[in-house]
Amino acid sequence: MPELRGGGTGDDRAALVSTLTGFARTLRAAGVAADHQRTQGFLAALRELDVRERRDVYWAGRLTLCSGPDDLDRYDRCFAAYFGGERPGPAHRVPAVTVTRFVARPGDTGDQDERHEADAAAATASEIEVLRHRDVARMTAAERREVARLLGMLRSAREQRRSRRRAPSHRGALDGRGTVREAVRRGGEPARLRFRDRKEKPRRVVMLVDVSGSMAAYADTLLRFAHALVRAEPRATEVFSVGTRLTRVTAELRHRDPAVAMDAVSAAIPDWSGGTRLGEELKELLRLSDVRGAIVVIASDGWERGDASLLGRQMERLSRLAHRVIWVNPHKGDPAYRPLTAGMRAALPHITDFVAGHSLAAYEELARLLGEGGSRPGGHAVRAAGDAVRAGDGIPAGDGRGMPDA
Amino acid sequence: MAGTAAGIDRLTGRAAEIDSPAKLATLLEEHDYLADEGLATAAFLALRMGRPLFLEGEAGVGKTELAKTLASILDAPLIRLQCYEGLDAAQALYDWDFARQLLHLKAAEAAGVTDVRALEGEIYDRRFLVARPLLRALETWPCVLLVDEVDRADDEFEAFLLEVLSDFTISVPELGTIRAETPPVVVVTSNRTREVHEALKRRCLYHWIEHPAFEREVAILLRRLPACTEELAAEVADAAGRLRRADLVKPPGVAETLDWTEALLTLGAARLDPGLAAVTLGALLKYREDQETVWRDGLLGAASPGGGGGGGGRA
Ligand SMILES: Nc1ncnc2c1ncn2[C@@H]1O[C@H](COP(=O)(O)OP(=O)(O)OP(=O)(O)O)[C@@H](O)[C@H]1O
Ligand SMILES: [Mg+2]
Repeated sequence: MPELRGGGTGDDRAALVSTLTGFARTLRAAGVAADHQRTQGFLAALRELDVRERRDVYWAGRLTLCSGPDDLDRYDRCFAAYFGGERPGPAHRVPAVTVTRFVARPGDTGDQDERHEADAAAATASEIEVLRHRDVARMTAAERREVARLLGMLRSAREQRRSRRRAPSHRGALDGRGTVREAVRRGGEPARLRFRDRKEKPRRVVMLVDVSGSMAAYADTLLRFAHALVRAEPRATEVFSVGTRLTRVTAELRHRDPAVAMDAVSAAIPDWSGGTRLGEELKELLRLSDVRGAIVVIASDGWERGDASLLGRQMERLSRLAHRVIWVNPHKGDPAYRPLTAGMRAALPHITDFVAGHSLAAYEELARLLGEGGSRPGGHAVRAAGDAVRAGDGIPAGDGRGMPDA
Repeated sequence: MAGTAAGIDRLTGRAAEIDSPAKLATLLEEHDYLADEGLATAAFLALRMGRPLFLEGEAGVGKTELAKTLASILDAPLIRLQCYEGLDAAQALYDWDFARQLLHLKAAEAAGVTDVRALEGEIYDRRFLVARPLLRALETWPCVLLVDEVDRADDEFEAFLLEVLSDFTISVPELGTIRAETPPVVVVTSNRTREVHEALKRRCLYHWIEHPAFEREVAILLRRLPACTEELAAEVADAAGRLRRADLVKPPGVAETLDWTEALLTLGAARLDPGLAAVTLGALLKYREDQETVWRDGLLGAASPGGGGGGGGRA
């Protein structure tokens, strides 16, 4: 085994290896996915460099232990803390953050009640029916848990679109491979020509969940809804939280267990209960993420703190790129609601569907929209006790405004 | 251990001279590519360890250009796979030349060969296989394989890319496994429009390329555009840095500062004159709204000659 250059021999080397693996452990504790395989890569990289050089150790670690720009800041902090000295490396562009995590929500009661309610059996079918139409913001902690449980079972079908990939078919492009295989089977006799047609694939959904103060009563439920979307189509769903900054939480939401996923998400989001600068964050989104051909879902009350005209401009760009833009506003469930905030007014002209997002029934409706690609009433998709799943049977009602699927 | 042994095998020819990141940086510079310490170390380790290099960063920071420059340094062909949505195995790995296969079958039939086994043996031969970039890279040595903008391809593509990059083999069901004698140097780039799968990144060295620091951008401008004066380069780099800190839809990359400077030089600029800046701004900022932001917030104002001697101190 080649030596770590500058690593001395025997005990020295063993001590060095344990120092380096200890650093990888520190990183893991800080949330960087520096697993065993990566740690081996770190040691292998240092065999090509000089382990006595601080910057060689810095780069060997950064290149082998990190896997995204989000890791870099954590890496630098851990490196400085573990090896001492100045914070190394170039400064990374870190957006301003406001760290105020929301803990209690209106309607949350003390520990005692929590324990008492936890004993209660899951709601019956008729109770679910009542619950389905209740405003999440006015629920007790127990009711909200029940809604969370039902959201965990949400089966969300996804609108399909034709991809470039092909599968055997009676029409479409000539399938050379299939034709040759057939010809060989027939002993070289030129066979019928075979064709392959485009396969369908799920349309991408990009969902933004507003976690600012004015949305505090709904953010948790909306993120659970997002979790159901990610679980249903992990490779065709992206979720971001918006508030004072844009945070990608897709990876956190990939955990199968909703409780684990929600814990990961709340740790990842630094700006719970701040204000909303949706215009700027949409701009960031358009830079970071490819929304072309996607269904973009924005869950927000449109209480924009930034410049509403900026929001309007970004919404316009978004609507040009996206297949459809669905705005979910929890207040829309109230018949008396009028979209009067400057942000909402600026956004409205660029929205394909404007829907409520306050109750389980509203989330089911949203799930159906994502499955069918058009506004049709009726049908809900939560598999509750004794409740059959109604699969969407509609034909996607293309609005002719989205981008073609090339 | 095995990985390092393979790494040493591949260090024949030009690559053998490269014994440190600094040495590689010097060679890159000789080919007009100015890498900072991080990127030079990343590329050095990719060569030494035989691991693919995964480069992410905003548009125009030099991801693609690095792969091209590595190829010229190593005096090796660049095999490029440009990714796009719907890219599939037949376009990335290999395809059978079915027209030739059918002709061959017809000839065989005429000659009276009808045994299926015999026909299969003849038809599924390497000579009827059309190598696409990934297979070509395994069969070419030395070479640099560039898998460009992998985030544009679908995730199914990532699965077979991962297979190829894991052990540098491609298995063709009708033919068997094709293995690279010596793995190619691999550069994978992404603009991060989509999160690339963790398993793929774990196979690679990961590097995030930032926009160049002021001094390096000046050096790049002077290196790539010999007609450019130091004053102009400093003013352009200073303005570019300011625009990147501002909140734009598409902050300018090195590609754009080069284009802009070239446009300025064409108009005879020796300094960043506000009038010339105005007529050439389209080369720097591709979005109308970004241009409006720049005028509204006076982001170029301080870079004008009136803005105070020497030109282009860093903010
Ligand atoms: N470090 C550098 N030294 C010299 N030239 C550079 C450097 N970085 C970038 N350039 C120049 O900038 C141009 C853009 O680089 P390149 O096309 O590689 O960017 P990219 O990161 O691949 O961008 P995109 O994401 O848009 O494909 C190239 O023509 C190259 O000449
Ligand atoms: Mg490129």
